[in-house]
Amino acid sequence: MRFPLISSPHSERPNSVTQTMLWVILTLVPGSLAMTWYFGWGIPIHIALATLTAIASEGVVLKLRGRRMAPALNDLSAVVTALLFALAIPPLLPWWLTVLGTAFAIIVVKQLYGGIGYNPFNPAMAGYVLLLVSYPVEMTAWLPPEMLNHNPLDLEQTLAAIFGSTLPAGLSWDAITMATPLDQMRTQLDLNIMISEIRQSPLWGDFGGQGWEWVGNWFLLGGLVLLFKRIISWHIPLSMLGALLVFSMLFHFLDQEAYPFGLFHIFSGGTLLGAFFIATDPVTACTTKKGQLLFGASIGIITYVIRTWGGYPDAVAFAVLLMNMAAPTIDYYTQPRVFGHGERGND
Amino acid sequence: MMYHPPSNKPVHRLFKFPGGLHLPDNKAQSTGTPIRKARLPAQLILPLQQHIGSAAQPIVSPGERVLKGQPIALGQGRISAPVHAPTSGTVTAIDAYPVPHPSGLPAACIVIEADGEDQWAELPPPINDFEKREPELLLQRVQGAGVVGMGGAAFPTRVKLDPGPRRRIRTLVINGAECEPFITCDDMLMREQPERVVDGVAILMRILGAEECLIGIEDNKPEAIAAMTRAAETRKLAATTIIAIPTHYPSGGEKQLIRVLTGHDVPSGDIPASIGMVCQNVATAAAVADAVLRGIPLISRIVTLTGEGVALPCNLEVLIGTPLKDLVEQVGGYTGKAARLILGGPMMGFTLASDQIPLTKASNCFLAASSKEAPDPGIATPCIRCGKCADACPVSLLPQQMYWYARAHDLEKTQEYHLFDCIECGCCSHVCPARIPLVQYFRFAKSESWDQERERKKAELARLRHQARAERLARLEAEKQERLRIKKEALSRKSKADAGAARDSKQAAILAAAKRAAEKKAKLAQQGVVPGNTEHLTPDQRRQINLADARRKPASGPDDQPPRPHDVQDH
Repeated sequence: MRFPLISSPHSERPNSVTQTMLWVILTLVPGSLAMTWYFGWGIPIHIALATLTAIASEGVVLKLRGRRMAPALNDLSAVVTALLFALAIPPLLPWWLTVLGTAFAIIVVKQLYGGIGYNPFNPAMAGYVLLLVSYPVEMTAWLPPEMLNHNPLDLEQTLAAIFGSTLPAGLSWDAITMATPLDQMRTQLDLNIMISEIRQSPLWGDFGGQGWEWVGNWFLLGGLVLLFKRIISWHIPLSMLGALLVFSMLFHFLDQEAYPFGLFHIFSGGTLLGAFFIATDPVTACTTKKGQLLFGASIGIITYVIRTWGGYPDAVAFAVLLMNMAAPTIDYYTQPRVFGHGERGND
Repeated sequence: MMYHPPSNKPVHRLFKFPGGLHLPDNKAQSTGTPIRKARLPAQLILPLQQHIGSAAQPIVSPGERVLKGQPIALGQGRISAPVHAPTSGTVTAIDAYPVPHPSGLPAACIVIEADGEDQWAELPPPINDFEKREPELLLQRVQGAGVVGMGGAAFPTRVKLDPGPRRRIRTLVINGAECEPFITCDDMLMREQPERVVDGVAILMRILGAEECLIGIEDNKPEAIAAMTRAAETRKLAATTIIAIPTHYPSGGEKQLIRVLTGHDVPSGDIPASIGMVCQNVATAAAVADAVLRGIPLISRIVTLTGEGVALPCNLEVLIGTPLKDLVEQVGGYTGKAARLILGGPMMGFTLASDQIPLTKASNCFLAASSKEAPDPGIATPCIRCGKCADACPVSLLPQQMYWYARAHDLEKTQEYHLFDCIECGCCSHVCPARIPLVQYFRFAKSESWDQERERKKAELARLRHQARAERLARLEAEKQERLRIKKEALSRKSKADAGAARDSKQAAILAAAKRAAEKKAKLAQQGVVPGNTEHLTPDQRRQINLADARRKPASGPDDQPPRPHDVQDH
């Protein structure tokens, strides 16, 4: 009898890409449910739409590239991209924008670069930014959270709004949509209104906007599970949140009425989703530990800079994409000291 | 008076190495029964190369009878080791046979047909007073006994024990970590025969002149730690500490163990002796004790046979050269589950196509793994740069980067990322979610680099040769020119000296010849003969000439000049 010749190690492997992606999907569930709770049916509808689009796009490109479909689709990375994209867009976004954004993310940003593992940019964020710069009006028309929403749409009405752009009689788009808390804070600060006055509005919760901050909490919870399961390491989330917190607290300390306090930034917009689920995308982030600290901190700082002085209310996506570009260079200059090579890098 | 705490053993400070893995150890399967002596096989196959270095040279020939413990092949060069007959019998062949090697290629072996008598040869006398003997004598005994590192690498022990006069060895590190899952031969050796190990340690200390000895044993082997501690106390082993180290793969790597026990890093590309340390495996220490105290060469070792693929996992004391097949039969044969045969542990061992190979001095474990124990890793998918490999690497390499460059055949870059610091422990491949066989890529890149280096050296040699040839030709040409020049110069000097005389003599010859001709003419004229080339003309022509001459005479007067031939012709 002849036995197979296989290279070592001959051990039971504890990790797989599919399993990793599955954990990311599972830990996104609490945040997704929370968003559905606060922002209605639009969230699951877009998740489903984006997922279908992502899988279809991936399948088509794989076929065109003459690759086997099963291994690439089974790794669930397309589903993760779709999910992250769907969680970033407004709940009543027209359906074709979701399809466009997701297809762009998968086809152009991911597959044209060679598929999983080869894309330099985070596909979900690139798709989101494409829509944000091309369709700014649609992309900033958010819904008020459930507790402030006087005209909640049911499933049927939501479907009609997304797929037919029709609203129930007597409602207008302006009446039912609303800017995000980050957007509101920014617009009013531009009008030289003091933060203490701005925060008089019922829109605000303890840290960020009502509803929004709770969504953030659930993403935080999911992120902590990822950390605990060692799917991600603490370096990127901690450095990103830390840098954002330090910067915002510093400016808040300088002028309490012109710069919102630190936790406002942590619990607003895409900060927590970005810190645990987007910036930590292994393919596009740094891989050395020192590099990850630099990468995360830079995202935190860029996010703060754009939110405070830039042209967009939120900036996690821009910050992530900008740092994606820098990741290979950072990795190159932050190589760890190899065992037996003295304290100063190369012998 | 100094105060002695109740426990007189100070807590030894331990250090950590980066990365590493906590693996299920799977050791209990093979430690249930004591070590058994394996049956004497009918035939023993002894590879001439069981060690790192040059192969041994046979000193027996087919048909010759050999006795147990008799040397049958001698080491060649500094890094080599002799081979001894493990039992008495007849040499039947010296030929190429399959040997345990990852390449699966056959290699030269001496085959001994055992006679069953197991008759000993005359052994060198025991050296019981080794404490008073010169280290050189002990070193010779160790070398003569064919002792090599028995932890797996099989590096000739003498070479390691003799790091040269400029390297002073302070610490002897004894490796009892046995960090790979499934392997228990060192564990069982320490449990059952700790005295052999401890005696070996004393001899090694004497040879090295070391100040201290640290014996590191992973804490998943409490029986071994207890037995070794007792033996060290009984033997009153000085300056030796037995240390339980955390079970953390690969703590049994030489450089990793030194880090754990001392906190020191062996510099990259260097050996422990460069920081005053020498590391030896516990089984090697036992073999040294046998060689020095009993004169017995390295002809047997303890081997773990384990895995769900064999019926009765256990440890056997096996004669070197015993065919693996014989041993499998002795542990109840294969179960239906045997899916992969591995020599060594699951992390670093290599697979065997069949059990028709002999065991060597380096064979510590045979693992007949089930498909559950060694599952097929599946198809490798693209790297997602998760960095788990870098987290697990005990050398702090960036395997994902090295993989990238190894795949692209960019060997220079892989070396820039310290490819040659990779110890091939398998941690990176183990944790890779994309199931990429990283270690295989690194082995490939290493051997490619070695090939390239060889090619480079060859090219360099060819270049030097060509250069030497060109220089030689140029030199010969220059010498030739020089010789010619010298000859020419000599000639021209000579001709200058002779030139005047030569000219005079020539002139004289010409003048003499002219004179002779004039004299001859005058003489002919006196006789009335006019010179002319008229001798062989027809009478008719002659007549015409005479007529012409007669016409010319009155016109031109007396004329010495001979008539010109064309005049003759034309008229």
